[in-house]
Amino acid sequence: MREAGLKWPVEAEAVSGSKLMPLTVRGLSFCAGGRRLIDHISLTLDGDGVTMVMGPNGAGKSLFLRLIHGLIPASEGEIKWGGALIGPEVRRHQALVFQKPVLLRRSVAANVDFVLKSRGRASPEAREALLERVGLGGRGAQAARLLSGGEQQRLALARALATEPEVLLLDEPTASLDPASAQAIETIVADVARSGTRVIFVTHDVGQARRLGSDVVFLARGRIAEHTPADAFFDTPSSREAEAYLSGELVL
Amino acid sequence: MHEFGEAIGLAFGLVAGFDADLVEIVGLSLYVSLTATLIACLIGLPLGAILAVARFPGRNACLIVVNALMGLPPVVVGLIVYLHLSRAGPLGFLGLLYTPTAMIIAQTILIAPIVAALSRQVVEDLHTEYAEQFRSLCLSRTEAVQALLWDGRFALMTVALAGFGRAVAEVGAVMIVGGNIDHLTRVMTTAIALETSRGELPLALALGIVLMVIALGVNGLVHSLRMTATRFAYA
Amino acid sequence: MIKKGVLAAFLVSVAVTGGGAAAEGAIFVQSTTSTANSGLYDHLLPAFSERTGITVNVVAVGTGQAIKNAANCDGDVLLVHAKGAEEAFVAQGGGVERTDLMYNDFVIVGPDGDPAGVAGLSDAGTALTRIASSGALFASRGDDSGTHKKEIGLWAEAGVDPVAASGGWYRETGSGMGATLNAGIGMGAYVMTDRATWISFGNKQDYTVKVEGDPALFNQYGVILVSPDKCANVDAEAGQAFIDWLVSDAGQEAIASYSVEGQQLFFPNAPGHD
Repeated sequence: MREAGLKWPVEAEAVSGSKLMPLTVRGLSFCAGGRRLIDHISLTLDGDGVTMVMGPNGAGKSLFLRLIHGLIPASEGEIKWGGALIGPEVRRHQALVFQKPVLLRRSVAANVDFVLKSRGRASPEAREALLERVGLGGRGAQAARLLSGGEQQRLALARALATEPEVLLLDEPTASLDPASAQAIETIVADVARSGTRVIFVTHDVGQARRLGSDVVFLARGRIAEHTPADAFFDTPSSREAEAYLSGELVL
Repeated sequence: MHEFGEAIGLAFGLVAGFDADLVEIVGLSLYVSLTATLIACLIGLPLGAILAVARFPGRNACLIVVNALMGLPPVVVGLIVYLHLSRAGPLGFLGLLYTPTAMIIAQTILIAPIVAALSRQVVEDLHTEYAEQFRSLCLSRTEAVQALLWDGRFALMTVALAGFGRAVAEVGAVMIVGGNIDHLTRVMTTAIALETSRGELPLALALGIVLMVIALGVNGLVHSLRMTATRFAYA
Repeated sequence: MIKKGVLAAFLVSVAVTGGGAAAEGAIFVQSTTSTANSGLYDHLLPAFSERTGITVNVVAVGTGQAIKNAANCDGDVLLVHAKGAEEAFVAQGGGVERTDLMYNDFVIVGPDGDPAGVAGLSDAGTALTRIASSGALFASRGDDSGTHKKEIGLWAEAGVDPVAASGGWYRETGSGMGATLNAGIGMGAYVMTDRATWISFGNKQDYTVKVEGDPALFNQYGVILVSPDKCANVDAEAGQAFIDWLVSDAGQEAIASYSVEGQQLFFPNAPGHD
């Protein structure tokens, strides 16, 4: 079993401003239906930037994201954010954007207001600022579920940002979007990361990972195959699985 | 069946003539059944939502009981409410027997389980879709239930309609606790029962037709609301 | 069983909206379907209410249920037709005093074909015996009402036990007078009914009165004030005013003047009148 305990990115020598960092995962496993879908993962993430989580289908990427966000309980192991075990108190300072956005059956504005209100920050100004930030300014009155796929995902992002998260988790948010819509999301995420929010981003898109990532966690068969700075990962992947994945081979 | 022709003619005459007694009876029917529906929703919707969202020991037993209560015979509800509201009963001092309030109570008891059981299903389906997002947002259970009820509002209108339909159509409960008193507790169904027992079948049928038209109107209204909501993907 | 607490919660919420429908000076009369269905109250009450300002609310059920309701204090006045049961009710302290009010009579109605051949008989016992022996259908109220009690008594006098044939030629509907007439006419059965209900009944089809005129078919109505000692809620003053008016000249004349299709339905016979 491989211990991936690097601190990334190296150049951001200062420890992250977030009191949620570092993320330390020890011996994390998740079993379902008699199968070990996450297999004794240990990992430490610190500093700022965007960590890309990659790996073939079925590697356990989405599961890993849900586990560290505390949406599902681990079978074994320990997840700590800034020294505190994952739980509602920690989760309050994180936000997760799903591959398929779960929008309320309401207007665009009401979707954002809903979260702002639950955090005691509801105001038309705050909502409009968030909608502006994701390029949906002035669209508040529209029905959320009648937006295009890309717009829906940007609204989901605005709603996630409404919680003012210290950590933003993204689960293949652009997987079903056209390139232009995907690029719009990337631009927003890069902007969010620059403003100090720690981002953990699950993706299949190698180009996207190259553009956004400061480091890459590569999962295969429920384990971490490698955890490498992004540049190094794409130039000279150290694991056979990552090498095969990047060269387009089928990795099982 | 010449009765049908006669009944349709009578029904038309009653409505067109704006018959004062008919207006009073229809008004009371709507007042009693709509109020009962409103109260049954205030009780049944949160109860259904809690049953949909919460997991606790005995939940399955609760579901079975609520589902079984959907089949409560109106006359049994009427009898139970009568026994409570009768002067000889524990709540007799309130003096509510043979008042519209007694009828509202009986119909509320009759339809609250229907609202609870059907809304449980609606909310549970919605919750399946929203649960992870809500957990991620760290919503309290109250916030989650409120959001689910609001987002299910158009589907839940149909639930309320099912309750209203049962309330406005039942005769057994209101007959016992209301007493079918002219100008006080006479509603559409008890009036129909009365005219039937007087052998005035065409008039009874005419009242039945009026009741059906009212039910059609209410259903049409709710349906068009839902269609509008669906157009905006709110339902 | 519904929890009382839940019920009480409903009450609190509902009392605000619709409570207090029983206005000042309103009394409840527990009475029978035969009097209410015939339209008698629609004829009597406006005259009384206009004079006194008292609203009279009539609950029309079978005599048996009316007496039970009154025993539960759910009414101020009892106006029914089963002398024995009424006297028992007073004897048990439920009512103040029973007064004869009016009468009419029972008749046996049947279809045109008259399968038991009872048309024109004036002896109820003979008629019932013929119906039983011919196996023709007979529809009974079967609901412990005044009419039902009367019918049971007539069968007993005729020496026939119809209940043994219950479900066969003897059909107990367990319903009110009108519903039993509808059912009886639907199945071609003989029915014993009070004359008032019959005259004002709207669904006679090919039915006519077959048996009438037997003194045994006499149908006496009585009126009783529910005991204010037993039931504190009883508005004794208004209830007694109603009874006093019913047995007064004005009330008795009002009863006598009610007719349907030219036929008088009820014959006043309160004490002190002819």
